[in-house]
Amino acid sequence: MDTSQDMPATMDNSLTLPVAHEGSSSPRIDCRNIKVFYGEAQAIHDVSMTFPDRAVTALIGPSGCGKSTFLRCLNRMNDTIENCRVEGEILMDGENINDADVDPVLLRSRVGMVFQKPNPFPKSIYDNIAYGPRIHGLANGREDLDAIVEKSLRRAGLWDEVKDRLAAPGTGLSGGQQQRLCIARAIAVQPEVILMDEPCSALDPIATARIEELIDELRNRYCIVIVTHSMQQAARVSQRTAFFHLGNLVELGDTNQIFTNPREKRTEDYITGRFG
Amino acid sequence: MTDAVRTPITSAAAAKHLKRRRAADGRFRYYGLSAIFIALGALAVLVFTIGAQALSAATYHVVRYDITLDPAVVAPDGAGEPDQIARNVDGFYSLVRDNLLATFPEADADRDSRREVSDFVTRLAVLPTARMVARNPELVGSAISLKAPLNDDLDLYLKGNGVRERKIKAGAIETVLAEADGTYRVSGLGAFDPVVAGLAVASADRDADAVQMNVLLTAGVSTGRLTGISAGRARLELLTGQAQDFANARPTARIIISAESERTISDRQIAWTLALKEMGRIDRAPRMTLLTNSDSTYPELAGGLSAIVGSLLTMLITALVAMPIGILAAVYLEEFAPRNRVTEFIEVNINNLAAVPSIVFGLLGAALYINFLGMPRSAPLVGGLVLALMTFPVVIIASRAALKAVPPSVRAGALAVGASQMQTVFHHVVPLAAPGILTGAILGMARALGETAPLLLIGMVAFVGDVPRGPTDESTVMPVLIFSWSNNAERAWEPLTSAMIVVLLAFLLLMNGLVVFLRRRYERRW
Repeated sequence: MDTSQDMPATMDNSLTLPVAHEGSSSPRIDCRNIKVFYGEAQAIHDVSMTFPDRAVTALIGPSGCGKSTFLRCLNRMNDTIENCRVEGEILMDGENINDADVDPVLLRSRVGMVFQKPNPFPKSIYDNIAYGPRIHGLANGREDLDAIVEKSLRRAGLWDEVKDRLAAPGTGLSGGQQQRLCIARAIAVQPEVILMDEPCSALDPIATARIEELIDELRNRYCIVIVTHSMQQAARVSQRTAFFHLGNLVELGDTNQIFTNPREKRTEDYITGRFG
Repeated sequence: MTDAVRTPITSAAAAKHLKRRRAADGRFRYYGLSAIFIALGALAVLVFTIGAQALSAATYHVVRYDITLDPAVVAPDGAGEPDQIARNVDGFYSLVRDNLLATFPEADADRDSRREVSDFVTRLAVLPTARMVARNPELVGSAISLKAPLNDDLDLYLKGNGVRERKIKAGAIETVLAEADGTYRVSGLGAFDPVVAGLAVASADRDADAVQMNVLLTAGVSTGRLTGISAGRARLELLTGQAQDFANARPTARIIISAESERTISDRQIAWTLALKEMGRIDRAPRMTLLTNSDSTYPELAGGLSAIVGSLLTMLITALVAMPIGILAAVYLEEFAPRNRVTEFIEVNINNLAAVPSIVFGLLGAALYINFLGMPRSAPLVGGLVLALMTFPVVIIASRAALKAVPPSVRAGALAVGASQMQTVFHHVVPLAAPGILTGAILGMARALGETAPLLLIGMVAFVGDVPRGPTDESTVMPVLIFSWSNNAERAWEPLTSAMIVVLLAFLLLMNGLVVFLRRRYERRW
């Protein structure tokens, strides 16, 4: 992997992006005035932000601040929640994904997601990866599918560990392996964006370190959005960080800047551990 | 200072409270155990009583008749057409009757005794043999051993539950003298002492002015009735056999503790039965006919085949209707339907439907299927549809519980890779819920299998002598057959009913076993 070559460009890209949405260098996702309601209660208040391509954006904030809810807007997983309503525009390639004529099924094949708890299907390792390509018809025949499975597992850094037991159940792997399997499953459908909802919160530090390494590698190809409770993790893996509090986007900026020189008092209080 | 264990309990009141809590724990465990023992005890009593009854019906007595298939009787018109032989029940029956009359010449004396000897075997009992000969016409003219079940009352008598009697070994008989009136004077020193003592005990057991108790004396194949019994002598009225058999023998006396008029079998029939047994012509055989014969008005011929086939056909219809409807409804309600007033209303009413007494479904079935749609009465088709109405709320409730138990993370995972909702449900959720869904469906079916009341109302209670060939044929089912048999007056039906209950329980156990098997199998997959 030629990370060393890609890295400066990506960093450059994220640094040049303005905080507000001006769209001069065409961000991967552009959110405008997002409001989310659960019934009468408003969970997200008028959030506007952009997500650059080939970079990791971390969403941090105390529990219940709406960062997961906001993340789920990006692949319309909130659709599956009863009486959840999303307002505002989320532009991907200039198209508002909240439009009625956008098929959430197609959207989710472009925006993969990894969950807090590893949730491999109770099927074989192979079938876990092959399921997405199969239902989307991405593979022409068995060999093609085998290739996709191998490539996805290699990218997720799991191939060497499971190549001899692809027929074994995915649920039999360790927690960290399961989570990497879920990441492989997400990248098997060739998404452009990968959403991660606290992907390491159920893992031990060693498995966490492996996932973080993996995220760092995946950054070269995808736009990654990660929700995390760990400030250290946000500092380690992300290039940009957004701080949410009580459903508001308090501060968005370069990760270094957020952690070393926050502009907002609330951000400073949170990252120094005064609340949260 | 060494305070090994620090405890928050410092005051006497707190210690007392702790003691009370422990006692409450112990008591609760004791209540739980006693509840389990009561349940197990009830089950054991049920199994024991039914099993003991059924065991006596598991075997029956079969009499062997060595007959020659006289062509003039078996195929009177000489053609020997299989159809005619099979239908010639009268011919075969007359062969059996003649055989009996030849064995017991005294039975030919008058109409009454001819009738009594004819009771040994029912006409229809020769049907299997007639059919067998029809299939093998070359047997006509040869000698065969025809086996036919013994009359149910005599069968019960041989099993010891028909007629109460006291069996006593008499002393040695020394002389047998013929009297002028055709009876015999039998005597021996103290030969009848045990009989006199036995009579005294038997009278004491019953009311003092008890009905007259007959005493039968049996030696070998000969049996006579004793009167005027004293210690050393008695008058013997020969019922069957030869008086000489009693000379120098130690015969068996039977004190029959009910008057002949109160019994379903006469002294003579008992005498002949004992004689046949002595000749070795009566065997106790397993009653396979319980599973291979159809219903009959004669208990010794009755079997449950038509009811078993009827039950299977009914269950087939129920499964074909209730399982797809129930499972699809559950999947829709659980996975697709929006939560609103309408679905809530539907939900409540499905739960209500599951609680509706089954006889109401019978009324509905009679009105809807038979009166309105004009479907045939007494048919497994209608029975199955009625039971399906009853079963599918149960299937829906069980399936919804199983679907609810599938973790939401599986749905989220499938949706996140871009599966449509239907793909999510049918590729991931339903397979995971399948063991639970199947368990619910099979348990619902098992409940339907044991259902009687709704089927009574659609006419499945009719007497059905033929095995139904299809779902529109007249038919009955196992629980209804049990109900019908238990209503029959003759005592022989009682053990037979228990035996049929055991057959039904076996089917239910089979279905529950299937549930366990499916569960294990599916759970072993991952």
